Formats: sequence, structure tokens, C-alpha cells
Amino acid sequence: MASTTSKSAFRQGIVAGLPFTVFAIPFATLFGVVAAEAGLNVVQTMAFSVLVIAGASQFTAVQLMSENAPVWIALAAALAVNLRMAMYSASLQPHLGALPFGKRALVAYCNVDQSFAVGMARFEAEPGMTLNEKFAFFMGSVLPVMPLWVLFTWVGAVAGAAIPDAWALDFAMPILFLALVGPMLRTLAHVASAATSVAVALLLAGLPTGMGLLLAGLAAMIVGAEVERRMGH
Amino acid sequence: MTYSVGEIWLLIALLGIGTYLVRLSFLGLIGRRRMPDWVLRHLRYTPVAVIPGLVAPLAVWPAATGGEVDLPRMTAATVTLVIAYWTKNMLWGVFAGAGALALLLNLS
Repeated sequence: MASTTSKSAFRQGIVAGLPFTVFAIPFATLFGVVAAEAGLNVVQTMAFSVLVIAGASQFTAVQLMSENAPVWIALAAALAVNLRMAMYSASLQPHLGALPFGKRALVAYCNVDQSFAVGMARFEAEPGMTLNEKFAFFMGSVLPVMPLWVLFTWVGAVAGAAIPDAWALDFAMPILFLALVGPMLRTLAHVASAATSVAVALLLAGLPTGMGLLLAGLAAMIVGAEVERRMGH
Repeated sequence: MTYSVGEIWLLIALLGIGTYLVRLSFLGLIGRRRMPDWVLRHLRYTPVAVIPGLVAPLAVWPAATGGEVDLPRMTAATVTLVIAYWTKNMLWGVFAGAGALALLLNLS
């Protein structure tokens, strides 16, 4: 009986995850293209998408690599973009923390923006779900997205090598980043944080590559958190 | 890019491991302990704090023009941000920005 309800939770997870493929396919393709343009080979590009599985962070790393920033700066900036996932991990813990370690390790690998959003929404809407149903639903929700993420990274990496320079791909990365940021500006605190980041990064553009960005990120985080605290959320 | 093959793999490996440990943190390593509110508050802003700072110099001083301010690219950047913000959809932002850039580069 338990396995039938788990199977149906798994199927519901797949259905909930499907809409994200619309987003994942072009995003992954673009990553492949941009990574190829930056000079990464197909294996390196694929390794990014399999090991890191975090679009914004992968783009950040590749951008800083192409600017020849020191490795540790590229690492720090790309990792900083992923720190939000500690928050996801903390939110999922009450729901999935009782699983055996192997399953928790698998959940962690699949703990991405989409599965977190869909999973948390379902767990909170249906408090009666069992541990196994929650696990099945969560894993189902990443099933449509993750293989496509990897497959289309490959498509982009292979296609990227064949794209003519006339296409102004130099600007693909800025457009992509700005398009990522737009929907993130949900509150005044987010806007203040983003504006701080821009201002400090431009002011400190003369520092060695990447240093200005780290300081801008730090300042912007503090401003975002402080505005949120004062607004009393 | 002047990264050596070794540096490229070092970065991929460390970023992969680091990101996995962040994802695993509370699920696998730290467990039920609660994070202080001020930490949560700061973590919430990490993407929005880093990405705009990364993109701003690229948009204002594009590499393709040798770092000269470029009207088509600046306009495309603005269009992208406004449309993505307004539609709350990244893809519309990409299409609008790329469209604006293609149009302006062909006009000039």
C-alpha cells in the first residue's frame, strides 16, 4: 500500500516538475554555448552541469574564468551565488531529515531551485504526506529537469563551437544575467541589494579582477538584510 | 582565457564539492539545529547581491567595444532588465534583450 501511494506521489512530482523544462532547456543550451565560447571543451562543460547543477553559479564561474580572475575569486563568487541553498537545505530538513543518510545525500544532490520550490509548496499544502511520499514527490519533481539540463548543456556545447562571431555573443552573458535578476527583484530589500551591488562593483572596477565583485556582493548582502530588518519582515 | 587545464578542473571540482556541501548542510551534516535569523536574512540576498555586480561592468564597459560605452548594448541591457522584471519571466527578458541588440546593431 505504501508503495502505491509513493508511486502516485512520484508521478505527481513529475507532473509538478514538467513546467520547469521550458526554462531548463534554453538555459542549459545557453550555458553550453557560452562555456564553449569561453574556451571550455565539451567534457569540462558537461562536468559543470553534472557536478554543479546550478545555472547562475555556472555562468558566474565561466564569466570570471573568461576574465582571467584568480581561481579562488571565481570559486568564491560562484559559491556565494549558491549559498541560498543552505536555506533550502534548512527548510527541507523538517520534511526529509528523517530519511536514511543515503537518501538524504541524494536529496541534497537534487536540491535545486525548482525542486525546492515545488517540494516545499506541496509539503506545506499537504501536511498529511508520509516521509516516503515526500521523498518520492521530491525525486519525481527533478526527474524531468535534470536529464534535460545535462543533455542540452551538451547540445549547446557542441553547437556553440559552430556559431559565427557576427552574432554578438559577447553580450549573451550580460543579457542572461540581467534576465535572471529581473524576476528576483521582488521586494524593496532585493532592489536595494541589487543597486548596492551595481554601484560598488562599478566603483571598484579598478581593483584586480573579481575583487570588486566580492566586496560588492558582501556589501549588497548586508544592505539587503538590513533593509529587510528595518522594514520589519 | 588563460586558465590551464589543471586550474579549470580544480575550479569545477571545488565548486562542485562546495555546492554539494551547501546543499547537504542542514539535511545531512548539521541536522535539526536552527540557523540564527540574521544568517538566514543574509543568505536570502546572495544571488541578488552577486549577479548584478558581475553584470554591471560588462554592460557599461563591454569587452566587444574595447571597454567603450556602447549605446546598443546599454539599451539592450536596460530592455532585458525591464522586461524580465515586468513579466517576472527570465525568458521574455532574454528574447527582448537579444531582439533589441540585434535590431540596434543592424541599424547602426
